Amino acid sequence: MNASQSTTSSTKTPSTVRIKVKRQDRPDTDPYWQPFDVPFVANANIISCLQQIASKPVTADGRRVAPVAWDCNCLEEVCGACTMVINGVARQSCSTLLHELVSDGTGTTDEPIVLEPMSKFPVLRDLFVDRSRMFNNLKAIKGWVPIDGTTSLGSGPKEDQASQDMRYALSRCMTCGCCLEACPQFTFDNDFVGAQVIGQALYFNMHETGAELKDDRLEAMEAPGGIADCGNAQNCVKVCPKELPLTEAIASVGRQTTVHAIKSFFTGK
Amino acid sequence: MASEQPRVIVVGGGLAGLAAAVRIAEAGTPVDLFSMVPVKRSHSVCAQGGINAATEPVKQEGFSEWNHFDETLLGGDFINHQPPVYEMAYWAPKVIDLMDRMGVPFNRTAEGFLDRRYFGGSVFRRTHFAGASTGQQLLYALDEQTRRYEAAGKVNKYEFWEFLWPVLDEDGECKGIVAQDMRTMEVKAFRADAVVIATGGNGVVFGKTTMSVICTGAAAARCYQAGAWLGNPEMIQVHPTAIPGEDKCRLMSESARGEGGRVWVPAVKDESGEWKPHPDAGRHPNDIPEHERYYILEEAYPNYGPTPRHGNLVSRDVATRGIFFAVQKGFGVGGGRMAYLDITHLPADTKEKLAAILEIYEKFTGDDPRHVPMKIFPAVHYSMGGLYTVYESDYDQPKFLTDIVPPRETKESDPSKGPHPGMVNGSPWNMMTNIKGLYAFGEVNYQYHGATRLGANALLSCIFDGLYCGLSVVNYVKNVVTNHAADMAADVFNAAVADEQAKIDHLVQNQGEVNPYELHRHLGEVMTDACTVVRTEQGMIDALEQVRDIKEQYSRVRLTDTGLWTNQNLSFARALWDMILYAEAMLLAGIERKESRGCHYHLDYPDRDDASFLATAVTEYDPEADEHTVMWEDVPTPLVQPRIRSYGKKETDDEQGGKKKAAKKKAAKKVARKKSSKKKSTRRKKSSAR
Repeated sequence: MNASQSTTSSTKTPSTVRIKVKRQDRPDTDPYWQPFDVPFVANANIISCLQQIASKPVTADGRRVAPVAWDCNCLEEVCGACTMVINGVARQSCSTLLHELVSDGTGTTDEPIVLEPMSKFPVLRDLFVDRSRMFNNLKAIKGWVPIDGTTSLGSGPKEDQASQDMRYALSRCMTCGCCLEACPQFTFDNDFVGAQVIGQALYFNMHETGAELKDDRLEAMEAPGGIADCGNAQNCVKVCPKELPLTEAIASVGRQTTVHAIKSFFTGK
Repeated sequence: MASEQPRVIVVGGGLAGLAAAVRIAEAGTPVDLFSMVPVKRSHSVCAQGGINAATEPVKQEGFSEWNHFDETLLGGDFINHQPPVYEMAYWAPKVIDLMDRMGVPFNRTAEGFLDRRYFGGSVFRRTHFAGASTGQQLLYALDEQTRRYEAAGKVNKYEFWEFLWPVLDEDGECKGIVAQDMRTMEVKAFRADAVVIATGGNGVVFGKTTMSVICTGAAAARCYQAGAWLGNPEMIQVHPTAIPGEDKCRLMSESARGEGGRVWVPAVKDESGEWKPHPDAGRHPNDIPEHERYYILEEAYPNYGPTPRHGNLVSRDVATRGIFFAVQKGFGVGGGRMAYLDITHLPADTKEKLAAILEIYEKFTGDDPRHVPMKIFPAVHYSMGGLYTVYESDYDQPKFLTDIVPPRETKESDPSKGPHPGMVNGSPWNMMTNIKGLYAFGEVNYQYHGATRLGANALLSCIFDGLYCGLSVVNYVKNVVTNHAADMAADVFNAAVADEQAKIDHLVQNQGEVNPYELHRHLGEVMTDACTVVRTEQGMIDALEQVRDIKEQYSRVRLTDTGLWTNQNLSFARALWDMILYAEAMLLAGIERKESRGCHYHLDYPDRDDASFLATAVTEYDPEADEHTVMWEDVPTPLVQPRIRSYGKKETDDEQGGKKKAAKKKAAKKVARKKSSKKKSTRRKKSSAR
């Protein structure tokens, strides 16, 4: 379901909104659902609803329960922390506004907003998941520019505007995980790296000094879980909140990997 | 037991913390890095506009490191210490080069060199940027370098760990920390020969702020309770342009004005040519004709900078007051608390450079700022004040510095050149707090920005602290520390863990009726009313009374979650105590500072008073008596003498124009008085929080 499908222009503002939260007390316990009613405030986002629940954790049927745990920090869609599955779509809960989600009418019961944790990562508690796999994968592709050190050695390489444009677009990846949640090939327990890391591999390979490690990165891309596992569903690019050119990156790294594989074959390296 | 290699703990994974981790690890000293969030999600990502430096092309346009240094002092209204600011300004081009080498996608000129933009408080184009998400890009570059050292086993990351307390040995030296795993709730002590606090600002004390939810100031307040001093806690930056929101205020970067954006309000001129609020408050901004747009900052500051429109870029405290007073006089959009920030007239490629912030505006308001002026209002944004720190320089130190920094054994500078105007490179004392072995880097450090920080100086000061003073930490653990943490008996660490565990148990078991979130909202409202754009003595005294009442209510706080797994309620409620204490320190220093300076705009004392308050409010807390003491330490001015800030203000303006002339006269009088009566360099004044 696309979030925009549920957007309707409301003539009557509901006084409360029902939110159904998929909860899980611990990593090893079973999930369960709980409904909450929160006051509808124009321009409020999902985070402010969760803040209200944290302040008064009482379910719609009047039971006092433990507050819902979730991950967030900047609240302006740049830190990447607050990803969750909202009405079936992985997105940032800070930039998901209530009025996009509620239909007109009473708003209390007919169409609750459904919040779930991302399904591709281990749940720590409630909507809070452990995304360390994403950060570890950045280590595997040597996601850095191998500078000599921090002492002053003059400026970096000159760069044309087109290259900067592309690198800037790729560098806005906030490691939120939306692309991985949407990807049919990236699963809870396989080792596919997904669009996030492929995009970052291109980002570093495009930099003159970063390219020093290009061969290492492409070898990681040839390894199991690498770029060959991409099924080209192109879901990643549709859900990326920062509109990263992910399909271009996948195509580009795919070509680099092929060239690298052929070169290795002939040079025996 | 054989002494292990010294270790360093860095608390905080924003720009300052990561720059420190990289610099210290590079020097061969292992680092344990603690952060409440994965470091890549630190609040530095929210910085938008850019980073200042007088790089070579800037110099050829007539601007120099000295100008950068001088503008930073002027912005700070001259209570920034000059040697550290000097060092930062002269080091800035090296920071740009380094970040460029690390691969930061800085915007480029047509020929492929670094592009620059105008920014607040400067008449020169000296701000380097990556779109309008410069902080994010700089943080990512340092995150990547940190990952490199992590992969090499030189940096150990503890993400989702909350700093609870610094561990001090019997000599009062810092030897480690107690921290809590925010997932498993495990409380543990970690040993280190030096600890760097790089935990950012405290905006969440004010409730709604542009800061991230973890920016509570709790880490600094915990050090404060453990004996570290605060410097100028009353200095809080209110940014002129933010989008007011339900859960937070979202920053609209100064770069919007740096690229040519204009601030205006709907108005109409009466027969005498005076602006009056327009009677029809509900008009769409695009229907308002040019002659009914009152460009408040341009009209007030017509003589600032290269164009008549440069008034939009006056220092942030000045711009904030301009917008605030206009709204107070009824000029607010639709009669409310908002003004327009207009970039609709800019060319498409300029708008493209601002895409990152324009997208944020569009996502959160539904309006496209490319075609409709943005509605903005000032919001709490940055803490100039923070942990008090020292540094070593060739100049005579102010009193508190000499209490802490030992006299220099040898003057290393070349006598033919005179004293070095900056800091002593690699001195173990640079940016150390009054607790030996405990450093403060970045926003949590009170240095550099005085009473107002200039735009695009924050990213610089954070990275500069980490890089330049990282070496100081290395030299301290290698050359100064004799009693290594690894060799110490376990008692002091075990006791510190037991203390923290007892606090947690108390909070979890407390049977009160007070909701910590509601109490926090109340604290935020009190602080926003009393201690932001306009301050009065009575207002701050009343607020202090209310904060004390909040403190009393805190004893009856009841958690909504008493579980022992990923308990976010506990973390928040614990930080609320620290925010309350920090708020008291801000108000007390604000009450004691009986003058107006930078962001501290005091209606009862509208003039700057250099004779009495060219000084740091150094605040000390006595936990036994629950008492704060404000001590005043004069700020030496070895390089630049304070002057009146005008920012090209229009002479005829009734309100401030007259005031400035009076201020000049008064200042002259005070100087005379100062000469006749020899003033003590340090004044101590007790202010009970009880």
